[in-house]
Amino acid sequence: MRIAIFPTCLDDAMFPQAPAATVRLLERLGHELVFPRGQACCGQMHVNTGYYDKAVPVIRNHVRAFEPVLAGEWDAVVAPSGSCVGSVRQQQAMVAEREGDPALARTAAAVAERTYELSELLIDVLGVTDVGAWFPHRVTYHPTCHSLRLLKVGDRPLRLLRAVGGIDLVALPEADQCCGFGGTFSLKNSATSVAMVADKARHVVSTGAEVVTAGDYSCLMNIGGRLSREGTGVRTVHLAEILAATVDEPWQAPDGPAVRGDGVGAPVGEPIPGGGR
Amino acid sequence: MPAPLPPKSPEDPLRWGPSFPAAARETLTNGQLRANLAHATRTIRDKRLRVTGELGDWEALREAGAAIKADAMARLPELLVELEEKVTARGGVVHWARDAHEANQIVTELVQATGEREVVKVKSMATQEIGLNEHLESQGITATETDLAELIVQLAGDQPSHILVPAIHRNRSEIREIFRERMGQVPAELTDEPRVLAMAARAYLRERFLAAKVAISGANLAIAQTGTVAVFESEGNGRMCLTLPQTLITVMGIEKVLPTFRDLEVFTQLLPRSSTGERMNPYTSMWTGVTPGDGPQAFHLVLLDNGRTKALADDVGRQALHCIRCSACLNVCPVYERTGGHAYGSVYPGPIGAILTPLLRGTGTGELDPNDPSASLPFASSLCGACYEACPVKIDIPTVLVHLRERVNSAQRRRGPTAWGLAMSAAGAAMSNGHVFGAGERAARVLRPLARDGQITSLPGAGAWTDGRDLPQPPRETFRQWWDRTHTTPTGAGPADASHAGPARTEEA
Repeated sequence: MRIAIFPTCLDDAMFPQAPAATVRLLERLGHELVFPRGQACCGQMHVNTGYYDKAVPVIRNHVRAFEPVLAGEWDAVVAPSGSCVGSVRQQQAMVAEREGDPALARTAAAVAERTYELSELLIDVLGVTDVGAWFPHRVTYHPTCHSLRLLKVGDRPLRLLRAVGGIDLVALPEADQCCGFGGTFSLKNSATSVAMVADKARHVVSTGAEVVTAGDYSCLMNIGGRLSREGTGVRTVHLAEILAATVDEPWQAPDGPAVRGDGVGAPVGEPIPGGGR
Repeated sequence: MPAPLPPKSPEDPLRWGPSFPAAARETLTNGQLRANLAHATRTIRDKRLRVTGELGDWEALREAGAAIKADAMARLPELLVELEEKVTARGGVVHWARDAHEANQIVTELVQATGEREVVKVKSMATQEIGLNEHLESQGITATETDLAELIVQLAGDQPSHILVPAIHRNRSEIREIFRERMGQVPAELTDEPRVLAMAARAYLRERFLAAKVAISGANLAIAQTGTVAVFESEGNGRMCLTLPQTLITVMGIEKVLPTFRDLEVFTQLLPRSSTGERMNPYTSMWTGVTPGDGPQAFHLVLLDNGRTKALADDVGRQALHCIRCSACLNVCPVYERTGGHAYGSVYPGPIGAILTPLLRGTGTGELDPNDPSASLPFASSLCGACYEACPVKIDIPTVLVHLRERVNSAQRRRGPTAWGLAMSAAGAAMSNGHVFGAGERAARVLRPLARDGQITSLPGAGAWTDGRDLPQPPRETFRQWWDRTHTTPTGAGPADASHAGPARTEEA
């Protein structure tokens, strides 16, 4: 398939390892990836903060950048973010409609139908659960609110993770509770947000995992920021990075050497012997 | 350090105190409160999940509840007139109250006409909302709350912090102290054992039930078709209030009307399972007008607007009027669990309060003063969506929150530019053009030297973030740059070099 990558503005600027891993993974599975350069942001921040009027040009730009999917130039659009895909699917058309641009609303809705979060694309569209990944680390998974409740991805990410070679997957207590990010909520209600993420970090640490993963770097930025502030040594790694890692091309910390699972260069602690498959 | 209690008698029980973030900063410091709440909400939400999971048609019931409510809101005026006709035909008297002031006045005059100075009350959000007890007190009438938790709040001179469990913020040793200090006639050996506390309250209340000539109630619902009013409760105190006195005065929000008796089938299933996690609630009392020789011989129904028609005028927000006050959204809300109900500064706390309070005060219709503390409530949510998932009548609280944020921002903009508005304009300009955005993200690399071990621990102007969390160092290479380095042809015909390690974070040597 020909697939257009929507890296999301946050990942493009701050966490390029997630969309890059998405590209590498899908290319490894034999697909052709395209990067529509005109894209910038889906408008979620403006919508969720209550600036519909200022969101409209952002939405228009996003829709223009991905509109070729409707003409068959690509088969699908993929993003490594449940939150941004949720915004594309649930908010763009609604806001365009309310702000008096029904034509934009129609196109946005049509593009949204072809836009997938990574785990949806892999399982529902490409029909693959075992992507041939190798990640010999103890990992716990945080299901982000928007992938859980806006997109209803269900256990798709967990099914993908369970199929990863060498992984030691451990359950996260109170997994379904929000980490407290919520976009500008983390700034406008920072005290409450920090109370929430402190509890999330405590639960992550309680699992003894080396790595906490999720389908969204926005939530991982919040959780990771707290884990770092508390000096826990637990790393945040996006689901796409885990799925992109193989025996031949092991996961590489953005600021460190390759980690092969033999303990050399492991981010924290030792890999769990006999973990995973 | 315990957080300060709200004022004993806030001027407006619908909204008192400072903005949500300021109030939350206070309540978040109360570790005991957070522990009490975490324990209580987890218990209720686990119980709710068990009993809703038992029903194979739970989702269909939610759909039915939402549909009945939407239908009732769409023809509210005619249903209310029908209700008035049916209640009147069965010997009741209907009164219409535009606001809290009118409702308080009507109830006070009705009580005064009986010549009584003591009334018993069954827990009611509508009378909390209008501050009826305080108003009656100012007129020399004593109203005793007979719901156990409501009695605790009343004796403590406190405000409720939860719709269903108003004393959820109190633990049992605090309750023992409140009883000892305020109840007057407690047994000497009063312990903090729940049964002992309940028996003390029971003895105290029984005297009042048997003496009461007038009772005041709320209503969980009323049926337009028959003129029937219903109260759902768990302790039997409601049954006593609704049957023993001679005069019954019910104050009901106009949104509580349902079209037909058959609609009860849906709500008798939805309400107890969502609120207390019970398959059916212990006491469902229904009455239709008056019955000679049986129960109250005078029945007054006060239909309260108090902002509900303002909420109805908001096409997105009106679904907040579907609320059946089950409080399932409070029990699943991570914000409520940590801040407690008092931070919302309203008798309606939690997610539903965050939309209902500003709607009743006029946000949706643009009447709200953006400096009103209600304006901070729509922002008191991380939009995690747990409330929507739990709501038995499918109120899309996250969407209404976002909608109300837009209404608040619009009202603010009419009064001049704000820092957030200007920041959003600038961000909007950058985020609607790929080239400008690409230039901006490259510029963000100026922050790289601030980091140690890949993390920024303090960033001037970003205190709201970095006071409690680190910020990652911006990468040396953005995704755009990585793409250009690895995929040369614009159509993405494949990688141009073998390096597939992902974007580089290390500094150039």
